[in-house]
Amino acid sequence: MRRFILRRFVFALFSIVLATLAVFFISRAAGDPLLLYANSGYGLSAEGEAALRKRLLLDQPVVVQYSVWLGRTLTGDMGETILDRKPVSRVVTQRLPSTIHLGAAAFILSFVVGIPLGVLSAVRRGSIFDYIGRFFALLGQAVPQFWLGLVLILLFAVQWKIFPAGLKGDGFWDIKHLILPTVTLASGGFAFYMRITRTAMLQVLDSEYVRLARAKGVSNSMVIWKHAFKNALIQPLTGMTLALTFFLTGSVLVENIFAWPGMGNMAITAVNNNDFPLLQGIVFFFTILFVSMTSVTDLLYAYIDPRIRYD
Amino acid sequence: MTQQVETQETADQVSGRDAEVRQLVKRSVGSQAWYLVRRWPLIPLFIMTILLIAGIFSPLVAPSDPIKQSLAFRNFEPTWGRAMPEYNFTPDPADYDLETTSGVSAYNRAKNKTFPRSKYILGADNLGRDVLSRVVWGARISLKVTAYALTSGVIIGSLLGLVAGYFGGWTDEILMRLVDVWLALPFILIALVIAQQFLTQGGAAEGVVVFLIALVAWTPFVRQVRADVLTIRGMDYVMAARVAGASNVRLIIRHVLPGTFSTILVVASLRVGQLILTESTLSFLGAGIPDPVPAWGKSVSDGRQFIEEAWWISFFPGFAIFLVVMALNFFGDWLRDRLDPRLRQLD
Repeated sequence: MRRFILRRFVFALFSIVLATLAVFFISRAAGDPLLLYANSGYGLSAEGEAALRKRLLLDQPVVVQYSVWLGRTLTGDMGETILDRKPVSRVVTQRLPSTIHLGAAAFILSFVVGIPLGVLSAVRRGSIFDYIGRFFALLGQAVPQFWLGLVLILLFAVQWKIFPAGLKGDGFWDIKHLILPTVTLASGGFAFYMRITRTAMLQVLDSEYVRLARAKGVSNSMVIWKHAFKNALIQPLTGMTLALTFFLTGSVLVENIFAWPGMGNMAITAVNNNDFPLLQGIVFFFTILFVSMTSVTDLLYAYIDPRIRYD
Repeated sequence: MTQQVETQETADQVSGRDAEVRQLVKRSVGSQAWYLVRRWPLIPLFIMTILLIAGIFSPLVAPSDPIKQSLAFRNFEPTWGRAMPEYNFTPDPADYDLETTSGVSAYNRAKNKTFPRSKYILGADNLGRDVLSRVVWGARISLKVTAYALTSGVIIGSLLGLVAGYFGGWTDEILMRLVDVWLALPFILIALVIAQQFLTQGGAAEGVVVFLIALVAWTPFVRQVRADVLTIRGMDYVMAARVAGASNVRLIIRHVLPGTFSTILVVASLRVGQLILTESTLSFLGAGIPDPVPAWGKSVSDGRQFIEEAWWISFFPGFAIFLVVMALNFFGDWLRDRLDPRLRQLD
C-alpha cells in the first residue's frame, strides 16, 4: 500500500511538471515575450532592453527559465501578471474558490441525479424509466456545453426571465446565479454517471451471488440496495477520474459563457492577452487540482476494492 | 437505444425469436416500425447520411454562399422557406459573367425573380450570411478535421497499444504511464495556448487544428488495443506461430493485429462524436480554424452577443453539432453491442 501511494505521488508530480513545461515551452515558441512587456515602439533603449531581458531571465535558455520558475513557484512566488502587474499567486487564488464552488455544485448534481437514475434504469430494464433515462444520458453526452449554456440563457434569462444570464451572486448559497451554470456543467457528468452506474448495476444484478440472495428469499429492495448497489458503486467511484476531466474542460467553457469569475474564465483572458506568467499559474493550479483529485480517487478505489493490485 | 446481443444463442432463444418474428407479421404498421427502429440504428444512419452528403457535396447542397455578406440582411429572421414578396431580390452583377450571352441571360433571369425561397431558410447571421449554408459548409469542416485527426489517432494509438501489449514489461509500463499523464494534462488550455501562438500568425491553420485534435484522439486506442493484445498474445495459435519461428514483427502483423480490428472499429466509432465535440469546442473558444471558414463552433460563438435578438445564429449550428454527435454515439453503441459486447465498460 505504501508503495502504491508513493507511486501515485511520483506520477502526480510528473504530470504537474509535464503540463507546466508544455505550456512554458509553447508560450515561448513563437514570438519574443519581451515585446509583450515593452514594445520597442515605446522608446526602450538597447541597454534598457538588455536590462529588462536580464531581469526577466529571457536571455537564458528555456530550460533554465523553467527551473527558475519552478523553484520560485515552490516558494510561493509565481511572478507577476503582464497586464496589471499583480502577483499571479494572489490573482489565481482569488479566483480558485469560485471555480471549486461551481465544480463542486455540478459534481454533486450529476452524482445525485445520475446514480439513482442509473440504478432505476438497470433495475427496471426495458421499462419506460430505462428508455427515458438512457435517452437523457445520450442527450447529455452529445450536447455541446457551450450551446446548452446559450440555449438555457435564451430560455430562462431572455425569454422567461427566471434566472440571471450570468455572473456570480454574493455568498455561497446564491442559487439563482448558480443554477444555470451548474446544470450546464453537470450535463456531461450526469450522462456519464447514469451510463456507468447502469452498466455496473446490470452486471452485478446478473452475478451469481445476487441470484443466490434472491434464491434465499431476500427481499427485492434488500437485494438491490444491500447486495448489488454497494458493489456496483465501485465503478462510478473510479470513473470519477474521467468525470473530472469533463468538469475541468467544462469549467473553462461554462465560466466563459456565464461570466463566472473563476479560473477557467481567467484562463481565456490570459490566453488572449498572451499573459504567460498568469497562464502558467492557472495551468499549475488546474493540474494540481486535477491530479490530486485523481490520486484520491485511485486510493479510494484501492481502499474500497481489495482485489486491486497495489504494485 | 442499445440492443441486447446474445453471445451464445440457445435453441430456445432462436425458436423464441422465430416466434417473435412470426408474431411481428401480424402486428400493426406502427409497432413494426417501432421494432425496426429499435433493432437497427435507422435514425442515426439517416442523420449520418445527411451529414456525409452535406459534407461531401457542400457546394451543391448549400443554397447560397456561406461567406458572402449582405449588410441589408443582418440578423434576418428565418423564412422557413416561405416566399418573401416584400423583399425583392436584386442580383449582384459581379456574380455574373456579363461578357457572355449566357451570363447576361442568367443575370436577367435573376433580376426578374423575387426573393428566392432558398434564401435565409434558417435566417441570416450578424453579417447577413446565410445560416443554413454555413451549417452545411460547417459539416465539411468538421468531417475533414475529424477524419484526419481520427486516422492519425487510430494509427498512433493502435501501434502503441500493440507494442505495449505485445512486449509487456518496461515498454508497457512506460507507455501506459504516458497515457495516464497525458490524460491528466489540461488539454483545453494547452490547445488554447498553441492555437494562440500559431493561428494568429495565419499559415497552415487547418493543420494546426488537426494536430490539436489528434493530440487527444489516440489515448483510448492504446488502452483497448493493449487489453486485446494481452488476451491474443497468450492464445495457442500465436504460440504455435512463435514455435514455428515467426519473428516478432510477423507475429504482430499477421497474428495479433487482425484480432484487434473489431475493437479498433468500435473504439473509433465511439470516438468520432467526442472528437467533433472537441473540434467545435476549440472553434467556439477561438482556437479553431479562423475566419472566414464557417466552422460550427465558431458560428455558435458569432451569435453569442446577438442571442436576444437573433437566436437562430447560435442555435442552428449548435443543434447540428448536437444531432450529429448524438447520431454518432448512438451508432457507436449499436456497433459495440454487435461486434464486441465485452467493450461495454467503455462508457
